Amino acid sequence: MALVSPEKGWFQKKVAKDEKMWITFATIVALALFAIMVLWHVVGKQNPSYTVYSTSPDEFYKMAQANWKQYKVGEESGIPVVKPAPDGDVYVIGTTWSWEPVIILKKGAKYRFHVSSMDLLHGFSLQPMNMNFLIHPGYDYVLTFKPTYSGDFRLICNEYCGPGHHTMIGKIVVED
Amino acid sequence: MFTTCDITGFKVDKRVLPLIKANAVVSVVALLLAVVAAMLVLFTRWQVVHLLPVDWYYRILTLHGVVALVVWIVFWEMAGLLFGSTVVLNARMVTPWLAWVAFVMMVIGTALVAFAVLTGKADVLFTSYAPLRADPLYYLGIILFAVGALIVIGIFFANIIVAKKEKTYGDGPLPLFTFGLLTAAILGVGTLLPGAVIYVPTFLWSLGLIDSVNTIVYRLIFWGFGHSAQQVNVAAMISVWYLGAFLTVGGTSINEKVSRIAFLFYMIGINLASAHHLLVDPIPSPSWKVLNTSYFMYLAVLASMIHAFAVPSAVEVAQRRRGYTKGLFDWLKNCPWGNPAFVAVFLAIIIFGFIGGVTGVINGAEQANMIIHNTIAVPGHFKGTVVGGTTLTFMGATYYLIPLIFRKKISMFGLAKAVPWLFAGGVVILSAGMSTLGYLGVPRRHWDITFGGGPFTYSFPAITDLFWVVAVVGGVIAFLGVLAWVLVVVVSVFFGTPVRGKQDMQLTLSDMPPAEEHHTGFVAPGTFALTIIFMIAFLIFTTLNWGWLSVMWEVK
Repeated sequence: MALVSPEKGWFQKKVAKDEKMWITFATIVALALFAIMVLWHVVGKQNPSYTVYSTSPDEFYKMAQANWKQYKVGEESGIPVVKPAPDGDVYVIGTTWSWEPVIILKKGAKYRFHVSSMDLLHGFSLQPMNMNFLIHPGYDYVLTFKPTYSGDFRLICNEYCGPGHHTMIGKIVVED
Repeated sequence: MFTTCDITGFKVDKRVLPLIKANAVVSVVALLLAVVAAMLVLFTRWQVVHLLPVDWYYRILTLHGVVALVVWIVFWEMAGLLFGSTVVLNARMVTPWLAWVAFVMMVIGTALVAFAVLTGKADVLFTSYAPLRADPLYYLGIILFAVGALIVIGIFFANIIVAKKEKTYGDGPLPLFTFGLLTAAILGVGTLLPGAVIYVPTFLWSLGLIDSVNTIVYRLIFWGFGHSAQQVNVAAMISVWYLGAFLTVGGTSINEKVSRIAFLFYMIGINLASAHHLLVDPIPSPSWKVLNTSYFMYLAVLASMIHAFAVPSAVEVAQRRRGYTKGLFDWLKNCPWGNPAFVAVFLAIIIFGFIGGVTGVINGAEQANMIIHNTIAVPGHFKGTVVGGTTLTFMGATYYLIPLIFRKKISMFGLAKAVPWLFAGGVVILSAGMSTLGYLGVPRRHWDITFGGGPFTYSFPAITDLFWVVAVVGGVIAFLGVLAWVLVVVVSVFFGTPVRGKQDMQLTLSDMPPAEEHHTGFVAPGTFALTIIFMIAFLIFTTLNWGWLSVMWEVK
């Protein structure tokens, strides 16, 4: 009874058969869900990265400049276009309110994306794949991507970063 | 000091009534404000109308988050805590003056936050992630509000201790309803402490007294406050479900030990689940993420699943004892469907389980979280938890508050009966629309999803246009539901006919069902069938998510 103390002996009362079955079932499902997360690290190919370096906006900016200089192939809308070597590193900077650079990748190759913010938190949202990560200033978050589809992709910011938030959009092209 | 309620027979401390009323009135005003803000936000996000200019959009969105998620719910819970620790225990209110001080602090806190937001000094959204900076008044308002709430929680504990000492509710343990509220209150302390830990330094930082706030530490501790606050709501909501089952059909938990252990699981596990907000952040390791968000979180998930069986089975068993034993669902068919409080609890259980619970567990899975993180599927998820669950439950319970505390008959009873259906229907459609948009990649918190003014353009799949219409239709229906509810509440409270006794109760106050005869086999086969259906739906949706994940780019 929700409004009075339970009757005497309530703690000794046996759990009904159907309730017991349900709880057992729910426990098994919970354990299975737990196991899937661990298993996916072994067999699955999509796991959030845990490689990260401590950095500062200045230091990261310098490293990005050096990286872009090495791989730059042109410019689009005033943004450098880089084509990193397959299995190479590429630096991505999120600043209020832009992504740099434009990136050209090769399908099936692996790339180490170093992503950091120069100021606020930004959301790294790759469309139309709909893969989403959070980017902090002061941390070099290393996301090792292997593009399995070719085509034209967009990088949008999905963490609020001020009134120009909706103009923060970048471009990634994956060639066959 | 005491008066005896001529309807329930409870001994009521007269000093607690105005406190309950004051908190309840403020909460109703807050909900009205929250849904008006919600409409402005919705019609801005829908690009066809695109109502508000960019700065006002983020302002109103901030206001909506704070007022809907915090002010409305917490004020209602304060009323609930005062009610649960005095009226239902026949106990006295320990320090009414201090509760008034807390109430005034919370009102001033709310006013400061609203002032800071509406004057454009705090366009930081609900999360106010550092280094995004708001005016010191904003943080001060939140601190005042939180300290006020903490004081009321302290008074709740004191009331219970005094009631226990004076044996006002007998010799046994606390009634289940109050036990559930006790869980909510303990979780409340565990929520407000991280709140203090993060908002006090942030306040000092906004004043320029501290240089910087680490962004990852901020997010970690903020969510110890921000998400845990919603766990308080879950515990309070489920307490009201048990109360609802008891008031409407005389249903009592079929095994109080099980129900109480489930509440205990909440106390142990549920706050750790806040860690799932950091699943795609740098720094925390996979083992930290998996340990916190699955190993410990599933203790809380299990607790929710136990309540998902315990509450409906309480109703089923009571109904079966009344003779509704034909088939699996005869008991359900003969429930008091004319009682809007029963309907609210029933629909809240369905929505909270099938929408909020299912999406919540999947969003909390380390890898699957990548799909929905910061998309509009996230607010779609809490339309299924705090809106379709907690808000609907509290709206329904208010119908008991009006005759029993305000001593007024419910005006426009026909409209009152339509409210839970209208609101629940709207929320389901809204949540379905938002969740689907999120799965299609649409971000949350975005003023313009055509990216006008950006260096590149992007168009979401054409089907999103349809789901925006779905979301808008659902939102408008839910909005009308809240308007109707506010109308019923205001007219009843201020202009309603007084209640003179039990004959004026329009809602059922059920007698206890006849005692159980000898029983073999399942106690609640109908509930068992329903929970199995739930589990199948859950497993299908889980499988779909892992399927989607497996076709993405590879990442590690």
